[in-house]
Amino acid sequence: MSGSVGPNEKGYFGEFGGCFVPETLMTPVLELAAAYEEAREDEEFQRELTYYLMEFAGRPTPLTFARGLSEEVGRGARIYLKREDLLHTGAHKLNNTLGQVLLARRMGKRRVVAETGAGQHGVATATAAALFGLECVIYMGAEDVRRQAPNVQRMRILGASVHEVETGSRTLKDAINEAMRDWVTHVGHTAFILGSVLGPHPYPMMVRDFQATIGREVREQILDAEDRLPDRLVACVGGGSNSIGLFSEFLADDGVAMVGVEAGGEGVASGRHAARFAGGAPGVFQGTLTQVLQDAHGNILTTHSISAGLDYPAVGPEHSRLHQIGRVRYVDVGDEEALAGFHFLARREGIIPALESSHAVAWVMRTEVLEPHELVIINLSGRGDKDLDEVARQAGMGA
Amino acid sequence: MRRIADALEVCRQDGRLAFIPYITAGDPDPETTLDLVRMLADEGADMIELGVPFSDPLADGVTNQRAAMRALAAGMNLATVLDLVARVRKTVKVPLVLFTYFNPIYRMGVEAFARRASQAGVDGVLVIDLPPDEDKRYRRTLTATGLDPIFMLAPNSSDRRRELVAACTEAFIYYISRAGVTGVRDDLPAGLREDVARLRLTCNRPVVVGFGVSRREHLLALEGKADGVVVGSALVRVVEEVGGGAAAVTGIRNVVRNLLGRS
Repeated sequence: MSGSVGPNEKGYFGEFGGCFVPETLMTPVLELAAAYEEAREDEEFQRELTYYLMEFAGRPTPLTFARGLSEEVGRGARIYLKREDLLHTGAHKLNNTLGQVLLARRMGKRRVVAETGAGQHGVATATAAALFGLECVIYMGAEDVRRQAPNVQRMRILGASVHEVETGSRTLKDAINEAMRDWVTHVGHTAFILGSVLGPHPYPMMVRDFQATIGREVREQILDAEDRLPDRLVACVGGGSNSIGLFSEFLADDGVAMVGVEAGGEGVASGRHAARFAGGAPGVFQGTLTQVLQDAHGNILTTHSISAGLDYPAVGPEHSRLHQIGRVRYVDVGDEEALAGFHFLARREGIIPALESSHAVAWVMRTEVLEPHELVIINLSGRGDKDLDEVARQAGMGA
Repeated sequence: MRRIADALEVCRQDGRLAFIPYITAGDPDPETTLDLVRMLADEGADMIELGVPFSDPLADGVTNQRAAMRALAAGMNLATVLDLVARVRKTVKVPLVLFTYFNPIYRMGVEAFARRASQAGVDGVLVIDLPPDEDKRYRRTLTATGLDPIFMLAPNSSDRRRELVAACTEAFIYYISRAGVTGVRDDLPAGLREDVARLRLTCNRPVVVGFGVSRREHLLALEGKADGVVVGSALVRVVEEVGGGAAAVTGIRNVVRNLLGRS
């Protein structure tokens, strides 16, 4: 489907991917893969998913011409924003959770567990669980609970129980460890709703497929607006689901360049960052073989980013493949630059972006990274309501 | 060198359950681990499992998670664990099995790991997040260097997986007693004894049970049903309570004697 490469039947994108889980999870993972293959071909399932995406979530989302940003970048650039910030719950995450929770219901599961970093995936999971009447448990690192407090409240209001994770770096990776421990313990009646293109097969493929709706809409919308394909796609990359959702539709279009923007944190040299392609190496982490930030002995490093959603030491295996074959260029943007992008978009476009998406905006604003007269699409993966306290804290204004 | 198979065979002939204690290597320091392994061998351990500390032990409960963090803080890693094994080997004959996550091995390189582990005196390797479906090269490489690759089965493993795992494992099958992470539990799951007895017949391999096995009555219940039991968190939590050194050795010796009905 679309231009996506793989995976093969064992979940490999080239040499990356696979299914590295404890035996207790092997049977559920194989069952999930089989159930998903079936649902993917089932018109009724697809019809139901499309119905909820349109009538509940608000798809299609607009493609907005960014006049202020285009003027600022200059040299004839025409920049559009794909408005996933306008999707219900405020980010692209709902595309995936509606799909996975519908699948969980189809498989007869009555409980869902999920991890969350920025809280957007947790909110989207809690939302879908509320809609379909499933019990919902969310694991979130204590550090993220602090910096994304509004989302914690939203999850609780939606009926989810939120568990603070105090282990490790107390961020997304530790939340995934804890969600997987829950899953392995309650495996019979519980579905694990993974929020990005990470983890064991079939998650990287399944989450990509659910997010690919972004790119399919963009193709139609940009052809309508400009009567041609874009020159470049730009998206932030944490685990990599919003970016793969935009990119996968265009992978076969050689004229479309793609840039994945990782979190540079306080700079790659500082060691406080989440730039996996700049500072990592291949490794096996949380179920998949992919690019991972790790020490010489294979222990996973702690990461830093101002944005909780990008603060993760590994990246989806399909991204590792796209990096290896040179189809997508991966760059990193630091905390301060991302903040500048955040404020620019707020003041000049009237859109408060998520700090995650602000990284993509900030890269485009760098001096002459675009060729003259480029037609560019930035995936504005989420809105920034959740980040207001953190931004105020960073600015020293006091919340 | 088939120390593992020989040890299990001796137990079988004696008509007793192999006792396999687990400790995290280097928790809270390497010297304590050396003393613990010697003590465990003296107390009659038939095999010893050494946990390789890893930063993200997603199959472990809190007791083993904290043990891994203490060992990492003491500077342990896969390379220093292998150094530790080499020191242990000078005085201890009991079979040693490494219990690890895959990434440290992947990072070292499977060939380099197999060579170094074999030279250090490791007998078997159990990688909790490497099912036999992945990386056949790993299995071949280990076997070629004289190491036993050990794989696991769980209560929810399908018949097809039981056949696959049995075909990939010679020394023994590690049977996970229940869905969940490692850790002390009050009771064994209902039906475990029957499951294990059936598995032992159908798979035609020795079966060792772990995860939650922590009391004398658990061992008695599995007597005659399984070939061996792994007791981990019940020992590891002693280190957490008393710290390292002589206090850990005395504390764990007492727990072991209780488990084996010698106190």
